[in-house]
Amino acid sequence: MQYELVVIGGGPAGLAAALEARKEGIAKIVILERDKELGGILQQCIHNGFGLHQFKEELTGPEYAGRFIEMVQKEGIEYKLGAMVVSVNGEKEIAYVNAEDGLVTLQAKAIVLAMGCRERPRGALSIPGPRPAGIFTAGTAQRFVNMEGKMIGKRVVILGSGDIGLIMARRMTLEGAKVEVVAELMPYSGGLTRNIVQCLEDFNIPLKLSHTVTEIHGTDRVTGVTIAKVDANRKSIHGTQVTYECDTLLLSVGLVPENELSEQAGVEMSRVTAGPIVNESMATSIEGIFACGNVVHVHDLVDFVTKESQRAGAAAARYIQKRLTVSGESIHTEPKHGVRYVIPNTIDLSNVGESIELFMRVTDIFRDVKLVAMQDGKVIREVTKKHLAPGEMEKLVIPIKNILSTGGEITVMVKEA
Amino acid sequence: MKAQELICIVCPIGCHMSVEKKGEDYTVTGNGCPRGIAYTKKELTAPSRTLTTTVKISHSNFRRLPVKTSSEVPKERLFDVMEEINTLTVEAPIKMGDIILKDVLGLGVDIVSSKNMPRV
Ligand SMILES: Cc1cc2nc3c(=O)[nH]c(=O)nc-3n(C[C@H](O)[C@H](O)[C@H](O)COP(=O)(O)OP(=O)(O)OC[C@H]3O[C@@H](n4cnc5c(N)ncnc54)[C@H](O)[C@@H]3O)c2cc1C
Ligand code: SF4
Repeated sequence: MQYELVVIGGGPAGLAAALEARKEGIAKIVILERDKELGGILQQCIHNGFGLHQFKEELTGPEYAGRFIEMVQKEGIEYKLGAMVVSVNGEKEIAYVNAEDGLVTLQAKAIVLAMGCRERPRGALSIPGPRPAGIFTAGTAQRFVNMEGKMIGKRVVILGSGDIGLIMARRMTLEGAKVEVVAELMPYSGGLTRNIVQCLEDFNIPLKLSHTVTEIHGTDRVTGVTIAKVDANRKSIHGTQVTYECDTLLLSVGLVPENELSEQAGVEMSRVTAGPIVNESMATSIEGIFACGNVVHVHDLVDFVTKESQRAGAAAARYIQKRLTVSGESIHTEPKHGVRYVIPNTIDLSNVGESIELFMRVTDIFRDVKLVAMQDGKVIREVTKKHLAPGEMEKLVIPIKNILSTGGEITVMVKEA
Repeated sequence: MKAQELICIVCPIGCHMSVEKKGEDYTVTGNGCPRGIAYTKKELTAPSRTLTTTVKISHSNFRRLPVKTSSEVPKERLFDVMEEINTLTVEAPIKMGDIILKDVLGLGVDIVSSKNMPRV
C-alpha cells in the first residue's frame, strides 16, 4: 500500500508530526502504533506538569496526549493500533505486524521516526547478587501501578534520581508504600529540581547522592538492598555500606532512544545521543526519513517534543511537496566545553526562517555561567544562566542574521559569566 | 529576617529563588516570572499541591483511570484525599474532564478524570 507519509510511533512526537504534515496539506498519512492506544509514554505519566509551554496550562500526561489524540481524530488522520513496525529500509518500505492484517508492507514517500525511548534494563548495570523477584525499572512500575492497577511492593528502595524515579517515589508513597531511600550514583540528581522538592522533600524521602546499590538480598523476593557511598571514580567505598530492608528495588537509571529500526534503515547515528544525526528540519542522513522526539534525544519536557516534532512534520510535508532543500550547504554544530551534545547536528540556512533553536545538554552542574554559541571566533548568541544541570535540557535561539552562511561550524560552550 | 532559599515548583524550569520577609511583604529574587512570587507566598503560609492518582475502572482497556484534583489541596490533607479516592470504582465510558467525585472531604475540590476511557 502507498502512503505519502508514514509515522512510526503514536506518542506525542508522532501525533504532532502527523498533525503538522496534515496542516501543510498532506492527505495520505498513517500513524503506526504498537500499543493498544495512542499517546505513548504520556499515558502512564498521570502526574501533572505537561503543556505549560504548549497550552499555557498545567496538564497531566494523559490530558496532554488526549488533546493531540482528539485533534488527530478530528483531522481524520488514519492510525493503526497494535501495529508493531518490524522493519524499515532506505527505500522507505515499512513492514508492520498486527493481529487483524498479519504482516503488511507499506511504501512511503516520507517517513517520520517517532519510536521514543526505553529504559536501560537492569542487565546494562552490573549489580552483583541474586535475581529475586521485586526488581523493576521505574517506568515498568509506573505502567503497572498507573494503568494495570497492580501494586508492586510495600517497602521500596530506588536507584537513580531521574524524573521517573522521583515521580515513582511520590506515587508509591501516596499508594501507601514506604520509600526508604533514593540512591543516586552521581553527585547531583538527574531529575528536575521541582521533582526533588515535590516528590522527595514533600514526603521526607532521603536522597543519597554519590551512592549506589552494591548488593541485592533475597532469593525468591527481594528482602533488602545494600547501598554504599562512591568515590570520585564511582567505585564504592568500603565501610560505607548500609542495608535497607525492603521488598522492591526500582531502577531509574536512564533512557536510551529506541533505534533498532533507524539503524536497520541505515540512518547515520550519533554516539553521544544514541539517536539519529539530524539537521534543522529533523531530517536524518537518508533523504525523506525524518526523526523527532525521544528517538532523537531524551527530552524532559514534552512541550519541546511537540515543537520539534511539528518541525519534523512540516519538513516531511515540504519534502513530499518538493519544497525542501535537501542537498544544500550545511553548517555543523559542535559541543565544546561543558556541553555534551547539540541538536540539530547540521543547519541548512535555506530551510530556516528568522531564527534557529539549538537544544543541548551540559556535562555537569554549573552556577552563574553563560551559555555561548560562537562561529568563526565571534559570539553569535549568549545567555546568562544561574543554574545549569545535565538533567535539564537547555535551548539557545540564534537569530539567522547572526549566522554567516559561508562561515565555519557553530560551537556551543559554557563560559564563566 | 535572613533570606530563605526556595525552589519554585510551579513550572518545570524550577527557578532557584531567594525570599526575604519584611513585615508582611516578601521580597523575592531569582523568580523567572510572577508566578514565582505567588508560589512563595503560598508555600510559606499554606502549602498546597495538586494531587494526581488513579481510580479503579471496569469495562475498559485498562484497570485504572487517571484522575486529578480540580485545584490544589492542603499538603497535609493529601493522604486523607488518597484514602477517599481509593474507595471509588467507576465504570467506562468516562470522558476526560468528567467529575468523578464532587467536593472531596468538603475541601471544595473535585476529583476529575484526566483521560477518555471508551467502554470495551
Ligand atoms: C516517566 C516519565 C515522566 C515524564 N515526566 C514529564 C513531565 O513531568 N513533564 C513533561 O513535560 N515531560 C515529561 N516526560 C517526557 C515526555 O513524556 C517524553 O519526552 C515524551 O513522551 C516523548 O515523546 P515521544 O513521542 O518521543 O515518545 P513516546 O511517548 O515514548 O512514544 C513513542 C511511541 O512509539 C511507539 N513505538 C515504539 N516502537 C514502535 C514500533 N516498532 N512500532 C510501532 N510503534 C512503536 C511506542 O509504543 C510509543 O507509543 C516524562 C517522561 C517519562 C518517561
Ligand atoms: S518562577 Fe516562573 S519560570 Fe520560574 S519556576 Fe516558577 S513558574 Fe517557572
